[in-house]
Amino acid sequence: MFKKILIANRGEIACRVIRTAKRLGIATVAVYSDADRQALHVREADEAVRIGPAASAQSYLSIPAILEAIRQTGSDAVHPGYGFLSENAEFARMLEREGVTFIGPPVRAVEAMGDKITSKKLAAEAGVTTVPGYMGLIESPEEAARIAGGIGYPVMIKASAGGGGKGMRVAWSEAEALEGFTSSRNEARTAFGDERIFIEKFVVNPRHIEIQVLGDKHGTVLHLGERECSVQRRNQKVIEESPSPFVDAALRDAMGAQAVALAQSVGYHSAGTVEFIVDAERNFYFLEMNTRLQVEHPVTELVTGLDLVEEMIRAAAGERLRFAQADVRMNGWAIESRVYAEDPYRSFMPSVGRLTRYRPPSPGPQPGGSVLRNDTGVFEGGEISIYYDPMIAKLCAWAPDRPAAVEAMARALDGFELEGIGHNLPLLSAIMGQARFREGRLTTGYIAEEFPDGFTGVAPSAEDSCVLATVAALVAMRSEERGAAKATAWERVVQMGEGSWPVSITQDGEGGLSVDFGGWAVGIASDWRPGQSLAAFRVGGVESLVKTAASGSGWRLRWKGIDLVARVRSPRVAELAGLMPKKLPADTSKLLLCPMPGVLVEVTVQAGDAVEAGQTLATVEAMKMENVLRAERQGRVKRVAAKAGDSLALDQLILEFE
Amino acid sequence: MNKALSQAAPSGERTRTETVIDQIAARRAAATAGGGELRIAAQHAKGKLTARERLDVLLDEGSFEEFDAFVTHRATDYGMAANKTPGDGVVTGWGTVGGRQVYVYSQDFTVLGGSLSETHARKICKVIDMAVKVGAPLIGLYDSGGARIQEGVDSLAGFAEVFRRNAEASGVIPQISVIMGPCAGGAVYSPALTDFVFMVRDTSYMFLTGPDVVKTVINETVTAEELGGAKVHTEKSSVADGAFDNDIEALEGVRRLVEFLPSSNRKPAPERPTEDDPKRIEHRLDSLIPDSPAKPYDMRELVETLADEGDFFEIQAAFAKNILTGFVRLEGRTVGVVANQPMVLAGCLDSDASRKAARFVRFCDAYDIPILTLVDVPGFLPGTAQEHDGVIKHGAKLLYAYSEATVPMVTLITRKAYGGAYCVMAPKHLGADVNYAWPTAEIAVMGAKGAVEILHRSELGDPDQIAMRTLEYEDRFANPFIAAERGFIDEVIAPHDSRRRITRAFAALRGKRSQPPWKKHDTMPL
Repeated sequence: MFKKILIANRGEIACRVIRTAKRLGIATVAVYSDADRQALHVREADEAVRIGPAASAQSYLSIPAILEAIRQTGSDAVHPGYGFLSENAEFARMLEREGVTFIGPPVRAVEAMGDKITSKKLAAEAGVTTVPGYMGLIESPEEAARIAGGIGYPVMIKASAGGGGKGMRVAWSEAEALEGFTSSRNEARTAFGDERIFIEKFVVNPRHIEIQVLGDKHGTVLHLGERECSVQRRNQKVIEESPSPFVDAALRDAMGAQAVALAQSVGYHSAGTVEFIVDAERNFYFLEMNTRLQVEHPVTELVTGLDLVEEMIRAAAGERLRFAQADVRMNGWAIESRVYAEDPYRSFMPSVGRLTRYRPPSPGPQPGGSVLRNDTGVFEGGEISIYYDPMIAKLCAWAPDRPAAVEAMARALDGFELEGIGHNLPLLSAIMGQARFREGRLTTGYIAEEFPDGFTGVAPSAEDSCVLATVAALVAMRSEERGAAKATAWERVVQMGEGSWPVSITQDGEGGLSVDFGGWAVGIASDWRPGQSLAAFRVGGVESLVKTAASGSGWRLRWKGIDLVARVRSPRVAELAGLMPKKLPADTSKLLLCPMPGVLVEVTVQAGDAVEAGQTLATVEAMKMENVLRAERQGRVKRVAAKAGDSLALDQLILEFE
Repeated sequence: MNKALSQAAPSGERTRTETVIDQIAARRAAATAGGGELRIAAQHAKGKLTARERLDVLLDEGSFEEFDAFVTHRATDYGMAANKTPGDGVVTGWGTVGGRQVYVYSQDFTVLGGSLSETHARKICKVIDMAVKVGAPLIGLYDSGGARIQEGVDSLAGFAEVFRRNAEASGVIPQISVIMGPCAGGAVYSPALTDFVFMVRDTSYMFLTGPDVVKTVINETVTAEELGGAKVHTEKSSVADGAFDNDIEALEGVRRLVEFLPSSNRKPAPERPTEDDPKRIEHRLDSLIPDSPAKPYDMRELVETLADEGDFFEIQAAFAKNILTGFVRLEGRTVGVVANQPMVLAGCLDSDASRKAARFVRFCDAYDIPILTLVDVPGFLPGTAQEHDGVIKHGAKLLYAYSEATVPMVTLITRKAYGGAYCVMAPKHLGADVNYAWPTAEIAVMGAKGAVEILHRSELGDPDQIAMRTLEYEDRFANPFIAAERGFIDEVIAPHDSRRRITRAFAALRGKRSQPPWKKHDTMPL
């Protein structure tokens, strides 16, 4: 067994690998860039080595820097995590030359599967069903259109070296094929330095279902069942689960058998994932094979009880798998939600900054029989930087069955405190609350179809409103009763959005309140105290976790993806509030003026650019400090009036919007 | 109206007392009706509440005691004898906010445009006098077309009487003004003399001369909103301390402010029980100061983290954003906070920031509210604009305010405390009682680069040598040790432990007494 493992990665996956290594009694080495000096993975490893500046290309992607760190620390094995160098055959080969074990599959498999065209050929040869398509190199848009016509529209045009949705287009007609080929090729060239493009049939309304495989160096390859990752946003997975609500035993066996056959055909060992798309008739087609540990591996771990990192380490060390296919059991249901630093209200713009509050729900067994797990690489007070993946955490919930797992996830999301940056918790909560998700009717178009106009928040149902009005009543009264005016009963009107709920509130004698909505009353109990930002409220016997914050003289309440301000007013004030005019959002100026005398460092937009709210427009240096100026709202730049290097006076025009 | 009153009592069947009672009821109804249904509807159509509706929102339910509902003016010119409404355009009296007594006046725009007559002014003077006598805050709600022209100099005299009382009451009782409609001409000086002025966006404005006069005299075309709306006065002129979206939010905001304030200079600020642990540890503060000294961070996060329940009532939030001022509570007791904001202008002091903070410090000192100063200041903002604007005199105001303050003062230096700005931001030398620093504090005459350029001018041609000198300087001065060796800093504290340390420091200072030498009054650099 290895003595010291270097983890050539950062963030949650580095922490994840360190955790298992520690348990196995193996020393760990973290590597870090300048941006990660204070990062969690650095703190958790036994040793840490700086490998370069913030930019990944010069740090986490720098093979020489990582080899140097390996030599420096005398590490005898490297776990690459996912992303970065995890599927870089060159890296694996260099390690081999250094006599250091790569905790991953053989170089040959990495190479074979790393190329989409080669991998599809291999898959076809191994008897794996593939999407009808053209595997050869395509030279021109015209050729692309001819091939597309032959396959039949719609078709998918993809970069051979692609990933993450880059260089990918769907064409429904010849014109789109011509245009799509050109733009895919351009994107592929800039993103991957590889302009090879291929075309295949586009499966309508597909599900993304993948098979986890695991092999040792002695020829054994098993599969650990499937994960469904259909809930994606622009090809970025958002919610994953295992098993899939769509897969039955027969389909699982068939997909598993093909995945194992493919892995065996390339002499696979370690953990890997064979991705399929599945159509409504349960036809499945090979998509690609990921020759690494997958981001969403925790859901497989939760249902199989295995530790995939441990299995990878053991396999790399030459150990035989300690179980056979028949021993693999899928127990219960696990769901993973990827918590991203992306603001769903601002078209998912990455949000960077300080995590002023980071309090995930406590992991482990929960009342009611569910289990929570949270894989993360951040901490409260830490920074989400612009340099890396915007993922904050992978929150997983396990329960004996799917409805209970969804329920546990919904509650866990309600209890997840995250402030200081924009994040997608409201979106995740919204999905957990949707009937379509609860019924398991998933496709890769789920988010695009359910939120066609983008995410605008969750509108409370009538029942939700009553729960929140009751919570607001308790919060307001517990705050008010600290003042000089003591009372035991209140007549109030709770105002939320356009609605008003007149209530009579009385102390119930047991520390709770009874809230009468005029005819029917509901009891509420909670240990909430003023200043508390999250609490459990028992409303009519049902417990809910609601986030509370004072907002002017109202209360901001967040629950199940709902985010609103409740005002608890006397009937007279509530009546008068009805006279207040509705105000349109303030007309922010169409000009970006320099907020301070200083030097313009850069303008990051040009005339004609469309900008999103929060997008960086310019940087001004004043008093040796860089001040980033951001767009206050969506718009289009009309003209830029100043250039980098200009010395600007206060209120001098930098740029103008249309 | 008068006609209605004279017809109110049927003769013959009722006793004299009954008749009087009937008449009282009728007069009260007339006073309550203000300018009548049409004018009230017009007021509502503008998005504004009436004078009485506003008091319903401002005061605890059923707590209002009205004075002078029957007062009418005595003017006769221009047919005024026939144009009388009981109350004469202002509703006055007292009530409670959160159970504590406050005196109020609320101008009624529906009655003769809320214009100020001799008697209208007298009503206001009466409540100011009462407020000073009993020691309760005064809250004025402004919605008035200005002087009642028909009364001529009587109206002007009324204004001046109010102004003198506002000035006299200053420092005795907190005075709060809410501008909820027009407030023009001389009328602006009453709110200007009070401690806090709030405005309602889009429906209120303040100016000495209106757009018409501006057009006539200097041929400048400007709207009332551009000339003196809430945006102008909260962001540019600093005449107003805050703005709200509508009447209700403004009045609810005033209720929140009143809960922070003592009733008078004779009474302590109210205490609000809290379960927020004064020993609360906040590890995130350990990473608040960024690695790079050129990177800003949000000082508001520190203020809110230190405060009970994260509750920070900011004053002048939109003006001179390079300094934060406002009220928090520690262990339930009100504390005024002054804090440099590195997010704006790197937290530099300038004319506006100095004036803003000086005014706030003086308010706190007048009402025995302890002051917490959070320092991260790289210096004064340089440039002709500042020097010509009189930054010397404005900076002196803040220096003066801290120097004369006798309330408990705790100062925490989080990062930079450079040069003259160090001297201004409540150092020990100006009378602060407890001075803390974080390990990231740098207390020096100036930053390393500038200092090295002066100290080692002859070596400027040699970048390596200068880099070495810079490191030398940073080693020597970019830390809190020298100040701590001198005793200018009492203790270097851990960021995560700051709430506990600061709360304890204020608790220890509760017995502080300070007796400045006798003087008639000071001659501060106004």
